[in-house]
Amino acid sequence: MNKEKSIFSPIKAWKYLLRKPITVPKKDIFDKPREAALRYRGFHQNDWEKCLGCGTCSKICPTNAITMIEVDTLEEKEGYINERPAFDYGRCTYCALCVDVCPSDSLDMSREYLHISKDADTFYVLPDSTGIHGDSFDKGYVRDSNSELLDLNRYEMELEPVGRKNSFMEIVRGYSLEKALAESARCVECGICTETCPAKMNIPEYIKSVWEGDMKGAVGFLYKTNPLANVCGRICTHKCEDVCALGHRGEAISIRWLKRFIVDNTPMDEYEEAALEFVTKAVNGKVAIVGSGPSGLSCAYYLRTLGYEVDVYEEKALPGGVIRYGGPEYRLPEESVLKDIGMIEKSGVKFICNTKVGRDVQLDKLQNKYDAVFLGTGFSLSRPLKIPGYEHEDVEYAIPFLGQTRDYLRETADMPAIHEKIAVVGGGNVAFDVARTLVRLQQLKYGADFVSMAALEHREILPCDIEELEEGTEEGVKGHFGYGPDEIIIENGKIAGLRVKKVLSIFDEDGKFNPKYDETDKFVIEATQVYIATGQMPEYAFFDEAMLEQVEIASGQVQVGKAGQFSSFPWLFAGGDIVQGPDIITGVANGHDAADGIDAYIRAKNK
Amino acid sequence: MKEVKLFLGPQHPGMHGNYSVHMYVDGDIIEKARPTPGFLHRGFEKLMERRHWMGNLALIPRICVPEPDINEFVYAQGIESLAKIEVPEKAHWIRMLVLEMARVMVHLMSLGFIGGPTGMYTATYWAIAQRDLILDLFEELCGARVYHMYIVPGGVRKDLPEGFTDRVLAMMDELEVKIPEYEELILKHPIIHARTKDNIMLPAEVVWELGVTGIGMRSATGEENDLRKVQPYARYDQVEFEVPTATYSDALTRLNLKVREMYQCISIIRQVIDKMPDEGPVNVPVSTGSALRWTVPAGMVYSAVESSRGEYGYFIVSDGKEMPYRIAVRGASFPQGLLGIEKYLKGHRIDDASLWMDTMGVCSPEIDR
Repeated sequence: MNKEKSIFSPIKAWKYLLRKPITVPKKDIFDKPREAALRYRGFHQNDWEKCLGCGTCSKICPTNAITMIEVDTLEEKEGYINERPAFDYGRCTYCALCVDVCPSDSLDMSREYLHISKDADTFYVLPDSTGIHGDSFDKGYVRDSNSELLDLNRYEMELEPVGRKNSFMEIVRGYSLEKALAESARCVECGICTETCPAKMNIPEYIKSVWEGDMKGAVGFLYKTNPLANVCGRICTHKCEDVCALGHRGEAISIRWLKRFIVDNTPMDEYEEAALEFVTKAVNGKVAIVGSGPSGLSCAYYLRTLGYEVDVYEEKALPGGVIRYGGPEYRLPEESVLKDIGMIEKSGVKFICNTKVGRDVQLDKLQNKYDAVFLGTGFSLSRPLKIPGYEHEDVEYAIPFLGQTRDYLRETADMPAIHEKIAVVGGGNVAFDVARTLVRLQQLKYGADFVSMAALEHREILPCDIEELEEGTEEGVKGHFGYGPDEIIIENGKIAGLRVKKVLSIFDEDGKFNPKYDETDKFVIEATQVYIATGQMPEYAFFDEAMLEQVEIASGQVQVGKAGQFSSFPWLFAGGDIVQGPDIITGVANGHDAADGIDAYIRAKNK
Repeated sequence: MKEVKLFLGPQHPGMHGNYSVHMYVDGDIIEKARPTPGFLHRGFEKLMERRHWMGNLALIPRICVPEPDINEFVYAQGIESLAKIEVPEKAHWIRMLVLEMARVMVHLMSLGFIGGPTGMYTATYWAIAQRDLILDLFEELCGARVYHMYIVPGGVRKDLPEGFTDRVLAMMDELEVKIPEYEELILKHPIIHARTKDNIMLPAEVVWELGVTGIGMRSATGEENDLRKVQPYARYDQVEFEVPTATYSDALTRLNLKVREMYQCISIIRQVIDKMPDEGPVNVPVSTGSALRWTVPAGMVYSAVESSRGEYGYFIVSDGKEMPYRIAVRGASFPQGLLGIEKYLKGHRIDDASLWMDTMGVCSPEIDR
């Protein structure tokens, strides 16, 4: 202790009077509050335009401070849920994990930190981009790459290398267990995918099952809404992935490949147990299904789970429709189709093949024999393209060609008679199926390929999937996009080429299909055979004239009521391409709806 | 003679946190003392089993409110060791910077709080004001003043803001000027001096008996037992510092060591800023997938850090799922704060009870946890 201090030593305390105080006077707290730091984790601000309503913020919140609230004033948009996060500032710890995890980049924390009120309810806030008091404060804490809590990059499936075009082997390899787990771990379980899926598949649930290693459970979730899981796991149009919450800042989850992983990797006994869990004895009635495409198969399966006896009538030798005779082998191998159809057959569905309704058996016969009839005949005919030369014998059409190729690979038909130089007309997925199948057949037959394509749409707006364009180009398909067919040139009775002309516009002012061409910009694509893949159309030969009068058909599709029921024939239902289209998953959804509708109809009738 | 029972806390200016000691007194001498923990018991350890690995980040800083960063660090370090993750170089240095800033901040606070039990509130005001200026730096770094949630498994949450290190260095220069003022105000103050000198003793036997660590151990035994030295984590093996020790542990010695450690912090912070790489990542993902499905490989690990009060550790058990299976916290003040009070507070005067808790380093939430 310093005992030598002078009696004046306390005077030195005066110097502290001159120091600038670091405290804020009370009167300034509200008028001139101290500015928060640039990264301040203050009250939340949420850009409602960007917010998906996915609720990931609410899931990660460690204190359950975030509740998703339905907001009626929001416009319905695909890929968005009309819910927005509300914050309970009595619970919030301002940890900003919600900001770091936000898939849509809509949420941030402002530099606003003052809120004083006697009313406890004012601490429960549904903020928009203007924040708690509507003052639009500066942004404080925002996410950056270091604080990122999502895994934005998808685990790609490997493609077979370019040599793949030499065979019909499936081009996409499946996920390994490790990759499937990693991919499934990316999911945030928002369920926006389910909202968008035509069949309302339980996507987050089956992805979670994969992640938990419960493969049987995953199969169970698949079969709740889709008995064609093998097919859809390979060639679904995956609208779910287009709206995936992760797709907004990164890459969508590979939902389709995960589905494929489930069906490919579940032990067969577990698979069968899960798939047939809800199939019951046929005690409620009998239903006939016309056409064994996706909608027919789906309807048949769900009718079996509802306790009906089901007979499926199929024109071709094998059941499956487009999945048996349409999709090319390198994308949809025969085993997958067999697995799906086999499981449906095991559920007790009876297939009556080589029987065309309208030719071998009439619809009114079916009406007498069964309680209800479902039509799922699809768009089974190719739409002819009437340009000069189209009647030449070397002009082929997509649907019979693809069917014959599948039969050839099943060794029940000869190889289609393909030429060395071929032109394909069309720019959709089917056109690419045709072109890429042709490349493979040419490789088998000639050891070289020469396939050109002409499509009205230019590259950016082609109706096909982007993968088809990329992979097709990689395999050597030469695309002439933005060029429409003008004439099939015939010399000495043989096709000498396909003349195309530049497209100026495809639709007129009214939005109707009415292409305009630049007649001065034409050239000839070298080919001795032309394949037309410009669309399909339905065949309604099973309706007799009396029925046709009572059925309304618009743009090729029959007009039906709820669950696909015809208003004039309550015993008759329809689904798939002839009702809605244009993809398999929509057909599956229609079939499921129709099964419910048929059940309701038969129950009402039997009362 | 009639026995009188007095309650110190949980609401008392001399009490640190929500803690209580029941004192049975004879005159002003404590005859028997019974610590009564649990006022802050939120079941931290159990709650952690119900939170995602990342979600726990919001919970753990609360286990020691004045010095939250040690919790974040041991948690992150444990997970990284289980998941076998190499933290980026720069993140190590940033973590050291944060830990040392926290240490100097909490020493400052604890020094200032001597003002409560001794009636010298100027000390408290000065120290708290100075601490707030350090909190400003934390606010700039991570967006929050007290619960930083900044050291995360895999690194740190954000890179340093521009010019941050300059402002830290300026603060260190300022502290170097201010600490002698606090010394003069607090440690050399006749009253405090009289109250702490040769009072509230911590003999070496008690250290070994209870398992006291930190300043308590170093002041009583002369052992240079500082985890940063004996079991270096982050990059403490690459900075030079001395561990102050003593062999006579009265309250004043322990306060003096605290001040010396503040100088030590300043020196370490300067070295850290000097040696820290300018560029480079500060974070690596702990696991694949979104944070909702982060998993940590099954296993168990004990992760420890030298806190301002001694060895602070988490024993983490993972069963490979998205939440911890079990986490046990070794609070640095557990030995002296519980059994120490029961056994060794008796014989002291009533007014020394608060000083006892203050200079022994007792932080109630880490006893309750």
